[in-house]
Amino acid sequence: MNESTQAFREHPEFASLKIVEAITMTISQEENFMRKIENEEKIEPKDWMPEGYRKNLIRQMSQHAHSEVIGMQPEGNWITRAPSLRRKAVLLSKVQDEAGHGLYLYSATETLGISRAELIEALQTGEAKYASIFNYPTLTWGDVGAIGWLVDGAAICNQVSLQRTSYGPYSRGMIRICKEESFHQRQGYEALLALAKGSPEQKQMAQDSLDRFYWPALMMFGPHDSESAHSAKSMEWKIKRETNDDLRQKFIDQTVPQIEVLGLEHPDKEIKWNEERGHYDSGEIDWEEFYNVINGNGHCNRQRVEHHIDAHEEGTWVRDAITAYNVKKNAKKAQNAA
Amino acid sequence: MSDAIKQATLEYATRLGDDSVVLGHRISEWVSYGPFLEEDIAYGNVALDYIGRARMYYTYAAELADDGRTEDDFAYMRSDRDYRNLLLMEMPRGDFAYSQVRQLFADVYATVMLPELLKSKDETLAAIAAKAIKETKYHLRRSRDWVLRLGDGTEESHKRTQKAVDQLWGYTHELFDMDETEQLLADNGIGVDVSKLRDAWHAMVSSILTEATITVPEDSWAVRGGRTGYHTENLGHMLTEMQIVHRSHPGCQW
Repeated sequence: MNESTQAFREHPEFASLKIVEAITMTISQEENFMRKIENEEKIEPKDWMPEGYRKNLIRQMSQHAHSEVIGMQPEGNWITRAPSLRRKAVLLSKVQDEAGHGLYLYSATETLGISRAELIEALQTGEAKYASIFNYPTLTWGDVGAIGWLVDGAAICNQVSLQRTSYGPYSRGMIRICKEESFHQRQGYEALLALAKGSPEQKQMAQDSLDRFYWPALMMFGPHDSESAHSAKSMEWKIKRETNDDLRQKFIDQTVPQIEVLGLEHPDKEIKWNEERGHYDSGEIDWEEFYNVINGNGHCNRQRVEHHIDAHEEGTWVRDAITAYNVKKNAKKAQNAA
Repeated sequence: MSDAIKQATLEYATRLGDDSVVLGHRISEWVSYGPFLEEDIAYGNVALDYIGRARMYYTYAAELADDGRTEDDFAYMRSDRDYRNLLLMEMPRGDFAYSQVRQLFADVYATVMLPELLKSKDETLAAIAAKAIKETKYHLRRSRDWVLRLGDGTEESHKRTQKAVDQLWGYTHELFDMDETEQLLADNGIGVDVSKLRDAWHAMVSSILTEATITVPEDSWAVRGGRTGYHTENLGHMLTEMQIVHRSHPGCQW
């Protein structure tokens, strides 16, 4: 290094020059990122992305994956008691799809630089969340229908909108998942329709399930936009494409005629068509119940996580066996090759 | 079809349906309890195949019975004393090794039995066999791989696998028993003479177990009775659970 360079580097302005350089680079990366977002181009795993975007996605996608996996439990609860062979086969196939969705979503989340083992650990320690709806118990066969119809129905509203999410792997996963979810919703509705058109006891079962799952399904869209912690940034980054309240309104609107076809009573006594808005007006959600269940006071919060932990721990010796087996096989291969 | 043959075929389709629904139910008990997510999916798949078989066998049985009964009447409205499944199928879920060993025994049985059923003069039974053979190929690949890994894995997995083999071995003998009904069908080219399949089954199972470093048990005990409705205590509990909703609402559609 010659003297003049040395002198230049020691000059106080050099330090700030470096900062300016760094800022310019960041700005161009961030600008480039925002340009893509604005132009509806997908962000791909190897693209530069703001740390907040990455974290926000990991949170949302893993929560989505965990919901699919934990969701296997309330429905799995009825596989062994399904009232006909056809229903048993349909339910098995549905729960199996959910497990498959969990897999896609874990893989898609892994593209953000986190492992499935870390994600599962976060679920088991309670650091990561899953859809609070699965903390409600499935008490009757009708609940299987109600979950398919209402819970998957609410999920679809959200997921259809997420097909346009800005992160490529998430968007592509959603396109696949949506196809299967619409089958889930139809099977749920069809199961409930069979009950609603059946004996008085069956009809009562359908009404009871509707009454218990309707409000929690509305809660699935999350708090009002004004209360939602992650909404604004997620909308700006186009991770989320429609607001909680808009999606919820869509669901409320589509559900009214479906309840009419079933011939059941609407659980919301204030539901009323508003000509001016072109939407149904509805009663207020019991937000106290919403936060209560989220905060651990639902019927099944502990049960769901413990079930997951127990199955995972019971599986330890099986996973260990695979590792040991592979080590032996590889050693044998190496020996034969030598 | 003569009356005697028709009656025997009805009984035979019911037996095979019972085997399928009972094993399918047992496998389905694993959903959400597997050692990792991929296994939940695999178990769901195999269970689905078996429930699918049950539906085909029962639908055929209902057609032959021609008395207004449906597949669900066969599955849900018969008690454990009426069920004719092999005892092996009704044994409880157990741990992962127990389930995989039972699956291996059942898959090898299907592997030697279905190609014979495929030759049946009864077109329906042959068609069911044709579909089931394809599924069984995958089932066997999976249960074989698992038994190899578990048997030759860790000390613990080996111990559990050997224990499962020892516990289940005595229930495999009746897989190869014949009675008058099945003999009549075998003589008429409709049913399978399973008594001729024992050697093939034993050879295939022994070779897999040996490769898995598992000792093949001596034939020191044998429990029989599934085909006459003389079951273990497990089936009653299983059917109680399986039939509760259906039976609580007589005559209802689902």
